[in-house]
Amino acid sequence: MGNHMAGHSAKANEPHIVPKRLYFAVFFALILLTWVTTGVSTIDLGRWNIFVALAIAICKASLVVLFFMHVWFSTRLTKMIVFAAIFWLLLLLFITMADLWTRGWMGVPGR
Amino acid sequence: MDSHSVVVSPHTGAPQGHAVEHHFEDADQQKDAATVGMWVFLVTEVMFFGGMFLAYFAYRQAYPAAFASASNKTVLLIGAVNTTVLICSSLTMALAVRSAALGKKNLIVLFLILTLLLGGTFLGVKAYEYHDKYVHHEIPGHNFDCEGCVDAAHTPLFFALYFGMTGLHAVHMIVGVGIILFLIVQARKGAYGPEWHTPVELFGLYWHFVDVVWIFLFPLFYLIDRSGAAK
Repeated sequence: MGNHMAGHSAKANEPHIVPKRLYFAVFFALILLTWVTTGVSTIDLGRWNIFVALAIAICKASLVVLFFMHVWFSTRLTKMIVFAAIFWLLLLLFITMADLWTRGWMGVPGR
Repeated sequence: MDSHSVVVSPHTGAPQGHAVEHHFEDADQQKDAATVGMWVFLVTEVMFFGGMFLAYFAYRQAYPAAFASASNKTVLLIGAVNTTVLICSSLTMALAVRSAALGKKNLIVLFLILTLLLGGTFLGVKAYEYHDKYVHHEIPGHNFDCEGCVDAAHTPLFFALYFGMTGLHAVHMIVGVGIILFLIVQARKGAYGPEWHTPVELFGLYWHFVDVVWIFLFPLFYLIDRSGAAK
């Protein structure tokens, strides 16, 4: 995402007239991924089903955030805020889940 | 989204975009500030939904069998179609913002109306699904009776999370529908043009964010465990 405006400058906020082509390309990718993930969910991949479903969801969400929400074209400040949101969400999920997954391993009292 | 009125040209009576508030250097800086403000709001929304996602993962980890069997009570095809509808509404929203930036008033109104209709369709399908759950006694509470569910003591947890998370998502959609109606009225008056269309753009961010939430709700409630593999 590096080649854009470092911050506020005269041209940074020219309305981002993104080519219609880009929106339609993102749209078709999203529709395709939706039906791919729907199809894959009916195939028995064992414990990998959840990873495939979430990986495809992350791809779809990234497309929406980067292009529909214009983050690709945004200032560094906006990019940092988006990054911070994702980072703190992952802290919340991973630290808590790491505790829950591993609590039983050591015979911790109270579990 | 603020309460300022449209500046009208003293000569032609046509809207002249938006005044720059005295505490901003220029329109660009004002728009930067508005965009950052909207994103900060969306960060709080990420945390808001994030807590519920955490609850889902924690309980799914604790009661995998209950979650696996209860997941199969949602209808895969309906979920996939509704996801498609919501993605279409995101496309029309993106095109509405683009039309505003290009100053094409009629197209802004058209794309906003399409977004409204697609959002309404999504909510209608959701209402149908909720009604289906009601008829099948799959709403947690006194009459809860999940036919064929494994670990019946813990299946209400799945449905509580299902209604809690899709319900909160639907509330966001309903709020969005209200704001779209306002934007349509304003756009028809010619309030938005290339110089100033911040409300359309910021609402676009909100609408796409709600789409992103659904992109994660769809696999969690419709997809994983569908193949019956999870133990």
